[in-house]
Amino acid sequence: MARELLKGNEAIAEAAIRAGLQAYFGYPITPQTELLEWMAHRMPELGRAFVQAESELGAINMVYGAACTGARVMTSSSSPGISLMMEGLSYIAATEVPAVLVDVMRGGPGLGNIAPAQSDYNQMVHGGGHGDYHTIVLAPATIQEAIDLTVLAFDLAEKYRSIAVVLLDGSLGQMMEPAELPPMRPVRQTFPAWAATGAAGRERNVLTSIYLDPPKEEEANLRLLRRWQEIQANEVRFREYFMEDARFVVVGFGSAGRVALSAVRQARAEGIPVGLLRPISLSPFPTRQIAALCERAEAFLVVEMNAGQMLEDVRLAVNGKRPVEFYGRMGGVMPFPDEILGEIRRLAAGEASFEGHPRDRWLQRLTGSN
Amino acid sequence: MQTEIIIAGFGGQGVLFAGQLLAYAAMDEGREVTWIPSYGPEMRGGTANCTVIIADEEIGSPLVRHPAAVIAMNLPSLDKYEALIQPGGVLVVNASMVNRKPARGDLRAVMVPGNEIAEAMGDRRMTNMVLLGALLVNLPVLPVEAVERALEAHLPARHHRLLPLNFQCLRKGAEFVAETVR
Amino acid sequence: MVVEQIVPEEIVYQRPRSLVECATHYCPGCTHGVAHRIIAEVIDEMGLREHTIGVASVGCSVFAYNYFDFDWVQAPHGRAPAMATGVKRVLPDRMVITYQGDGDMASIGMTEVVHAAARGENITVFFINNANYGMTGGQMAPTTLPGQKTTSSPHGRDVELAGYPIRASELLATLEGAAYVVRRSLHDPKNIRLAKKAVRTALEVQRQGLGFSMVEMLSICPTNWGMSPNQALQWLAEKMIPYYPVGDYRVSPSVAQLKV
Ligand SMILES: Cc1ncc(C[n+]2csc(CCOP(=O)(O)OP(=O)(O)O)c2C)c(N)n1
Ligand code: SF4
Repeated sequence: MARELLKGNEAIAEAAIRAGLQAYFGYPITPQTELLEWMAHRMPELGRAFVQAESELGAINMVYGAACTGARVMTSSSSPGISLMMEGLSYIAATEVPAVLVDVMRGGPGLGNIAPAQSDYNQMVHGGGHGDYHTIVLAPATIQEAIDLTVLAFDLAEKYRSIAVVLLDGSLGQMMEPAELPPMRPVRQTFPAWAATGAAGRERNVLTSIYLDPPKEEEANLRLLRRWQEIQANEVRFREYFMEDARFVVVGFGSAGRVALSAVRQARAEGIPVGLLRPISLSPFPTRQIAALCERAEAFLVVEMNAGQMLEDVRLAVNGKRPVEFYGRMGGVMPFPDEILGEIRRLAAGEASFEGHPRDRWLQRLTGSN
Repeated sequence: MQTEIIIAGFGGQGVLFAGQLLAYAAMDEGREVTWIPSYGPEMRGGTANCTVIIADEEIGSPLVRHPAAVIAMNLPSLDKYEALIQPGGVLVVNASMVNRKPARGDLRAVMVPGNEIAEAMGDRRMTNMVLLGALLVNLPVLPVEAVERALEAHLPARHHRLLPLNFQCLRKGAEFVAETVR
Repeated sequence: MVVEQIVPEEIVYQRPRSLVECATHYCPGCTHGVAHRIIAEVIDEMGLREHTIGVASVGCSVFAYNYFDFDWVQAPHGRAPAMATGVKRVLPDRMVITYQGDGDMASIGMTEVVHAAARGENITVFFINNANYGMTGGQMAPTTLPGQKTTSSPHGRDVELAGYPIRASELLATLEGAAYVVRRSLHDPKNIRLAKKAVRTALEVQRQGLGFSMVEMLSICPTNWGMSPNQALQWLAEKMIPYYPVGDYRVSPSVAQLKV
């Protein structure tokens, strides 16, 4: 198919439809609303289910219900709406039914603003709902990746009976880039054996998240954990740029990653041997790959549009072997490449440090005090 | 190599459309391109701007601090962006909506009476096309013909009767060639 | 130049003390401004400015606190009646009002308002019904009329798929704890005067501790309806009022005896 000029939110919506989406439930919120509006237009015309829910709480529980039938189902929202969905996410994870969630992050906390941010990293990657569960989290940096990862999210969600999240920031949702949509897959006509579809000629299926007997609940937790180990082994994704001879490594995901790419190119032009590792699966995180880089990298720089959330995962991976520095913008502010270039130059000048916490050092540089 | 263009003005001046048109043209020429708007409550009649980046390799940041070129459709945009343009960059000013000339001497700047020209051509809404024409003649990023082809290919069929007028306005704008940098 | 002196007794119209002197961010012709004005006038007339705490909601009126010159707090989307409950229970002698749109109150916040009314929470809700979500760009609201086109009901609200609009006043009027629940309209001067009277009664209900009060105000959103303000006012009168009749839906016996 030919390249089209596509807006992020609409590209994701259409990609989901072409991946065989059967039902969409959502609630308006900027900067995600075009996604819902696209669904409002397309789903009924294809004879598929679309409901504008009364709230995000309603939407996620509609998703829960639809997911229990084994249908391909999704919702989308932005940060404050995602917070409201946390209850449902915990239940969906515990019931082991597949569902796709798109979070187009905006500035926060609280009502915040509608500008691009990456501050839902912890909420999505490290849980947010109660209990021990993990979600698959995929972070696109381009519209093409947003399309491809949306399709992948459905496949992974189904394969592992898990929640798969596509996590992007408002700028990618609002941006246009040339990209290619996949061909339309036919909507699946059969339902998985575990689904609640009516016990015609078979044993009944009961889908629940309650295990009153603690050992049974522990067993369920173990099942979730083993599946998570499998996901960790199979589903790590990332992209590297200029890494062949890199002695300094920048780590950034999504839009921060692509801003960092501009900075890395400029630094290369200045002769600095720096590369970029852009995690695509934030969960599972490319921990082993980053750990392996410690063999040859002298120092790391983590760049995010938040106060250093992925930073902690990079630090765990590096495990004190090399200095890690941090640079972030918050509250809906996007960094410009020159800001990151400045940080790369610091690394190259040997200014990376082991002393204290990278976030504290960054704050010190930012404000001159802690 | 990449070329960054910011188009800025009031909502309703066709700022976002002009940027999208550039993006379509770049895509059709096989280039990499990003288009990103300022979004939000500006939608309701305030200021609007978009950044278009055209390149030959994967584009990193969709935003830049110092663009290669700016179309300023009104005075607030001129005030905001003039100082940010790269030295030697291009500045196209809608002379109809400002009360001053650019202050910098290191730019290729043109004053184009966009509103008057568009009105004389018969449609005030074509101001953005006039200014886009003026941009393209001064910025070696895409030929005017590429934008004309993009209009033809992507403008919905029901607007096709407006194509000749769009072309004329682009060409009219392209008569404004900037002096070389002082 | 001769500057004519305006003597105080000739002033027929001025900014209420309870409104800040500034330009609002509302679109030209939007009746959010009218609702603000009448609420501020009543608060002035009743001398309540220094005793009132507003709870702003999420919608175009999210910045109501920039325009009303008294204390405000800002609730999450839909939660204003719950937050108002918190404020009122701690400060029972203060006046507590919420100002909510139809998406905020009748969709995401339906639970909170129903339970505040059921508890007979002594707060006043000003409910702006403009038949769509204004702030986010004109999506379908629970109040969107059958067949009405919005950005999330592009072919017109299909009641088979999206159900029928909710008449919030009628619904809340069924609750025992509600003391005063009425619907008014802001589409012409006569109706605006009636709306102002209702605002006055509602605040009097709260002042005397008679229970939950709500004034629904039919309002226009010319921007997202894609109309001029005048067309929008006419559309309200012709299309909204037949579905949402102006009237008193619950006036408890103690309220009926009130003299305002
Ligand atoms: C939890 C959450 N979901 C969604 C939103 C996005 N949002 C902001 S305003 C709004 C709708 C407001 O519409 P309405 O209450 O009708 O007020 P109006 O703007 O029309 O005055 C929505 C959905 C949000 N801020 N928080
Ligand atoms: S969008 Fe609608 S409700 Fe909001 S300020 Fe404008 S006219 Fe009023």
